[in-house]
Amino acid sequence: MHEPIMNETRAANGGNGHDAIFTRDLNLWYGDFQALFDVNLAIKDGMITSLIGPSGCGKTTFLRSINRINERLGYVRTEGSILVFDTDIYGGEVELAQVRKQIGMVFQRPNPLPISISDNVLFGFQLHGEGRTRMHKSEKEEIVEAALKQVLLWDTVKDRLDSKATELSLEEQQKLCIARLLPVKPTILLMDEPCSALDPKGTEAVEELIWELRGDYTIVIVTHNMAQARRASEECIFMLMGKVVEHTATEDMFVTPAKKETADYIEGRYG
Amino acid sequence: MLFLIMTALLILPVLIILATLIYKGGPAISWEFLFDDPREGMTAGGIFPALVGTIWLVAVALLVSVPLGVAAALYLSEFAPDNWFTRFINLCIINLAGVPSIVHALFGVGAFVLFFGFGTSILAASLTLAIMTLPIVIVATRESLQAVPLAFREACWNMGATRWQTIHRVVLPNAVSGILTGVILEVSRTTGETAPIMFTGAAFFLPFLPTSVFDQTMAMSLHLFVISTQVPGVPDHLPYGVALVLIAMVLTMNAASIGLRMYLRGKKKW
Ligand SMILES: Nc1ncnc2c1ncn2[C@@H]1O[C@H](COP(=O)(O)OP(=O)(O)OP(=O)(O)O)[C@@H](O)[C@H]1O
Ligand SMILES: [Mg+2]
Repeated sequence: MHEPIMNETRAANGGNGHDAIFTRDLNLWYGDFQALFDVNLAIKDGMITSLIGPSGCGKTTFLRSINRINERLGYVRTEGSILVFDTDIYGGEVELAQVRKQIGMVFQRPNPLPISISDNVLFGFQLHGEGRTRMHKSEKEEIVEAALKQVLLWDTVKDRLDSKATELSLEEQQKLCIARLLPVKPTILLMDEPCSALDPKGTEAVEELIWELRGDYTIVIVTHNMAQARRASEECIFMLMGKVVEHTATEDMFVTPAKKETADYIEGRYG
Repeated sequence: MLFLIMTALLILPVLIILATLIYKGGPAISWEFLFDDPREGMTAGGIFPALVGTIWLVAVALLVSVPLGVAAALYLSEFAPDNWFTRFINLCIINLAGVPSIVHALFGVGAFVLFFGFGTSILAASLTLAIMTLPIVIVATRESLQAVPLAFREACWNMGATRWQTIHRVVLPNAVSGILTGVILEVSRTTGETAPIMFTGAAFFLPFLPTSVFDQTMAMSLHLFVISTQVPGVPDHLPYGVALVLIAMVLTMNAASIGLRMYLRGKKKW
């Protein structure tokens, strides 16, 4: 279901053709403080990759540089390249809005806009529907229904689509935040500790949903919860102090970690 | 208990002022008072030209300062980089708010009356008022823009919204009630100011209605000043009547803005 944007840059940048996200020597500074060191990663298309590591190791920073949200802070400097489906997203010809459209992000705290549930779902879609002045009501309803069904939220909210999104429970809000990304047809979903504000039941429900979305989207999920990383991802990246230590299949990482630091972290010897 | 007393101390003067005005000025209020020209050297008659003049002055000042102030605040809070120049501008705005109104008046004479050649006119007076109240609008707007949570903006950027789309669809609708508060304050201040209009466009006595912004006009605040201090033999109830109408105007406009604010808040569903 993905249409690769372009292929010319692939050879030039050394991507192997199966990567949704490919970074080369990515370095990032907040002012004088370097937060990422030579990050070289190839994140596979259509998979769930979890990103683990102790607090402050740069997980959020990495995610936020993939959709170029970091640059809103004037003092951030980035070096190296990030290819998303073989397009250099820092390349001159790339439109920022296109990048963001293709890459959806889910935050630690659910951040629905303070408008109705259906308006939330339609929000992104309407941003990009500029060409058309008016959308048919039934067309809107279809979009809302499809997105909410995909995040397993439809049955609980179908009777109150016009009520405020901020009145939903946190779990429902987080699902809604995922739902509103879908109508613009992103290919990548970045999730920064999407369950950490939720109770165990909510966590389980959102995990189930993430697993459900596997295959249709490339998903990168940051988590502090080892069990969650193990349960809910196919590949796993371990970061430490701004560097990537290990990137393998999740099963391998948890059973036979290659590096000592990884083993230490997994066994809970870091914070 | 202490708070109760403090609150009472805050409210008491307002109540006393209002009561005095109504008691002493109430008898002056009549249909003729509102819709008649002043007569007999301003010792009798009504206040119609001043009433209309004040409305002109306030309206033109708002037309200038609100778009300008909102645009400036938008730029400062959403676009401007955080550098020494932006900080310098912010400093200027704060200082502009502290400039005494008589200084604004002299600036208005120099800039609008003389330099731009508007003469003493509604335009010159309104521009002076606009400059004077600009900081109120800018500060109130900027504060309400910055009160819009970062999470809303991030949600927006993440769906690929451009800066303008974010402002237009999320930031402004959320900030509008705060902006209106600034405008309310501005209206109150503009309506009552005397010094800035005294030299730039308001006349002591001019029993005609202005026909364009290049005319001079009477104004409520100046009229009050004139009949209470400059004209002998004015019956006591007249100045109180003028003051009462002036206060009523301010309160009415405030009430209207608050109503509008509540309406907008209800409409946007959050
Ligand atoms: N906006 C910022 N300005 C300056 N330094 C920052 C900023 N954001 C993060 N940092 C620093 O960069 C480093 C990496 O932070 P980051 O938020 O990416 O870590 P993280 O792995 O997501 O941590 P956590 O698990 O606590 O969320 C930290 O040392 C942090 O102090
Ligand atoms: Mg983080």
